[in-house]
Amino acid sequence: MRIDVMKTYKLFINGNFPRSESGRVYEITDAKGKFLANPCSGSRKDLRESVIAARAAQQGWSNATAYNRGQILYRVAEIMQGRREQFIAEIMAQEGATLAAARAQVDSAIDTWVWYAGWTDKIDSISGSTNPVSGSFYNFTIPESLGVVVIFADSKPSLLNLAAALAPVIASGNTAIVIASQKYPLTAITLAECLATSDVPAGVVNILTGKLDQFVTWVGSHMDIDGVDATGLATRDLAELKELGSENLKRIYAFNEAHSTKRITNFMEAKTVWHPIGI
Amino acid sequence: MCKAIHPDPMDLSVPSVGAICVYNDMVKVARTALDLGGGQNIPVAAVATAFPSGRASMEVKIQDTKDAIANGATEIDMVIDRGAFLAGKLGLVSDQIRAIKEICGSQAHLKVILETGELVTLDNVRKASYLAMLAGADFIKTSTGKVAPAATAPVVYVMLEAVRDFYKMTGLRIGVKPAGGIRNTKDAIKQLVLVNEIAGPEWLDPALFRIGASALLNDLLIQRMKMRDGYYASPNYVTLD
Amino acid sequence: MSKFEYAPAPESAALVDISSEYGLFINGKFVAAKSGKTFITTNPATEEKLSKVAYAELADVNLAVTAARNAYVKTWSKMPPAERGKYLFRIARILQERTREFAVLETLDNGKPIRETRDTDIPLAAAHFFYHAGWADKLSYAGYGANPKPYGVAAQIIPWNFPMLMLAWKIAPALATGNTVVLKPAETTPLTALLFAEVCQQAGLPAGVVNIITGDGGTGSHLVNHPGVDKVAFTGSTGVGKAIAKAIAGTKKSATLELGGKGANIVFEDAAIDEAVEGIVNGIFFNQGHVCCAGSRLLVQENIQDELLEKLKSRISLIRIGNPMDKNTDLGAINSAAQLSRIREIADSGDIEGATRWSPDCTLPKSGYWYPPTIFTGVSQSHRIARDEIFGPVLSVLTFRTPQEAIEKANNTPYGLSAGIWSDKGSRILWTAKHLRAGVIWANTFNKFDPASPFGGYKESGWGREGGRHGLSGYLKGQY
Repeated sequence: MRIDVMKTYKLFINGNFPRSESGRVYEITDAKGKFLANPCSGSRKDLRESVIAARAAQQGWSNATAYNRGQILYRVAEIMQGRREQFIAEIMAQEGATLAAARAQVDSAIDTWVWYAGWTDKIDSISGSTNPVSGSFYNFTIPESLGVVVIFADSKPSLLNLAAALAPVIASGNTAIVIASQKYPLTAITLAECLATSDVPAGVVNILTGKLDQFVTWVGSHMDIDGVDATGLATRDLAELKELGSENLKRIYAFNEAHSTKRITNFMEAKTVWHPIGI
Repeated sequence: MCKAIHPDPMDLSVPSVGAICVYNDMVKVARTALDLGGGQNIPVAAVATAFPSGRASMEVKIQDTKDAIANGATEIDMVIDRGAFLAGKLGLVSDQIRAIKEICGSQAHLKVILETGELVTLDNVRKASYLAMLAGADFIKTSTGKVAPAATAPVVYVMLEAVRDFYKMTGLRIGVKPAGGIRNTKDAIKQLVLVNEIAGPEWLDPALFRIGASALLNDLLIQRMKMRDGYYASPNYVTLD
Repeated sequence: MSKFEYAPAPESAALVDISSEYGLFINGKFVAAKSGKTFITTNPATEEKLSKVAYAELADVNLAVTAARNAYVKTWSKMPPAERGKYLFRIARILQERTREFAVLETLDNGKPIRETRDTDIPLAAAHFFYHAGWADKLSYAGYGANPKPYGVAAQIIPWNFPMLMLAWKIAPALATGNTVVLKPAETTPLTALLFAEVCQQAGLPAGVVNIITGDGGTGSHLVNHPGVDKVAFTGSTGVGKAIAKAIAGTKKSATLELGGKGANIVFEDAAIDEAVEGIVNGIFFNQGHVCCAGSRLLVQENIQDELLEKLKSRISLIRIGNPMDKNTDLGAINSAAQLSRIREIADSGDIEGATRWSPDCTLPKSGYWYPPTIFTGVSQSHRIARDEIFGPVLSVLTFRTPQEAIEKANNTPYGLSAGIWSDKGSRILWTAKHLRAGVIWANTFNKFDPASPFGGYKESGWGREGGRHGLSGYLKGQY
């Protein structure tokens, strides 16, 4: 009788898989209460390191051509497709989903990721513009990525929520820190493994697991975070986040739809440039 | 110095290097060693004028240059005052070059290091190239090798255009030395192609073109072995010094 | 002084497997032409035969259009858009994988340098598929209504100057918007289109969505006139474009036309001269000048004319003309004997009409079709070499004194495809761009293409745009 090699789940920071600097973990059981894993209980310092990594990676990622970012995102989808069975197994175990439901979720997550991969080189065409101002000026508005964005991933369906939140944020050139669902964190780490093997530069995506309410406080008050996707937060946590976040005017949003260009454009800034026209 | 004269001790047909470039306090040592080893024809170049930063008084820079020449250097590689250049004090930059050139006289040729990595824009590289040539540079050199980026293709391209145009205007051919970041044979060949296509074949001569590099030498030897033998060589078969 | 000769750097023809014979790609399979007729395609650099391809006549065109119609009705129009997109992503990725093979084949069949096919043509073609793949399920965002619909069956006829790239410009948007296609490559350059059929098979593209039929102008005519075709897309000469417009008049068909040009490359006195020289050289000698948007008229401000021409001639003297399979080569072969003859005829008119011809000394290979890089100075607007598209490596040089004069001369043509502007002054660039009647304007650069950037001409340079959000409208019903 063959014994399986049991998988260990660590954090994903700056392209590496370290354990939490706090050394803490917490227990995850499957839907039936059987032990699944001891994912890391991420600390404030882990968040700090993630923000540093995300900030360092941001300029390079946003300077990459839209085509290049689109290629890399599509490659992530190729790798996700390759790991389909692993995702299905983890979703069934954590979420108690049926095989059919897990399959449908994984396929939908991959397709959602592909949908966003195809936006990198088109979003400017629909949200930028040339503006017919009065006077002999050329005036144009370009959307630009915001910077470093934290994502509070909603709980289930875990992979679909992750894909719908993360892909649009990084498509435009932002870098991200994902705070995984506290109840179903393993999906996020397996997704990290996909990111690590598909040419996504180190630091562009960082993934932390752990106790959600602690992260709300740390993220809300960190002055070097520009935006937050708070879709996964309950009302009370969202209020706390917004209150703390007002200190540096973080852009904080929650979304209802998996496929929405708002998830891209809300984390962009519009830059308008004027230049005279004349000989 | 042995390596400078016979880069590959197993194959004495490999030509010696174009020059040895050292700090001032090693000029005498280098010259002596070269002469003892049969390298009388290899010049010693000294990096002078408070290399690499150039942050010292003019008196110190002048003395630095005089010492180097007295010790046997026949090439002086000076650095320009980048701060003055970027602040628009072009007259000051020019005067400093002229002063050093005067000391070199007929004893040493003068290479002017622009430190293109600090000049940043190609417009600045072009401007600095003209300034140096007008002030008497015999060679314009990209970098000290202490700052990246150094001798990138665009930078060398612009400097070659400058020497080409300067020749058309004055009839004088000024040399170009890319230095820093040229680590392998392929990079070096790209540089030679740039010279050939932009300045012209007349510049393919040690009197007008030098590559400033250290690690490059062993890579050249390794590639040479591969061409000769038909299979990939190993660093074990070239000497460190 | 030493001389630096470059060793030959030949790419290997063995990278591609050319069959001795090809059929027509209809309904997912290769089939012989009904009549059994074939024709030869050769390598214009050597005049050697490359392969034998099928000659499609009316019966074959009928088969292909029917296959495209069936595929549209039964499969493609019923497929969710995201799934359509995934086929295009697959095609893009396979093209990327097989780039080197396609580059070699394109160079052998077309005569253009390997550096160009390897670095420009094929990568751009793959990029077009990748870009348009992403539009398939986003059409409601494109500004054409909530639920824009395709035409159905698109007939696409492409030229010989950028065979694979033109194929991508046609097929990618057509499929992304939900149409099926019948594409006819040019008769002198069929091979990469036929290899592309293999890529469609590898990607699992449903049969009949893409059909490739080889033939000549007669084949194209049958295709355009076929009643089962809803949309015509043509890139080629203005003469044929006009014939197509006439042929479909009164029918339900609509057409996109990418036709000829006589682009003005305007160099102002404050231009960065060395950069402008590179831009002029690229503008007329890239792809041997076989470019609809070539900068074939140099409009140089009179006060810098002498300096510019001197630098230009020095630069042109460094151009390497020769074996297109050699990676050192800059200028390749002229695509056919017929094209060479046309170039000669029009260029010779320059001598006859009193312009001054100049070419560098260069040795042309003994076999194959070759024309040296050539410039004519002392040209005015009435010269034939200033009016007619030569489609070869021949530049006509005119001068101007004021920006207004530059605009007038640049616009004084029935064409309106492209123009170039060289100046260091932003406001001048924008002013000039504003007044030029041209669909593609390059400022301080030239010959830049991107799937996200719309391309197309004013006036007799054609109808419609390809690429970008604008390019989608050509394949969406009811836009025009």
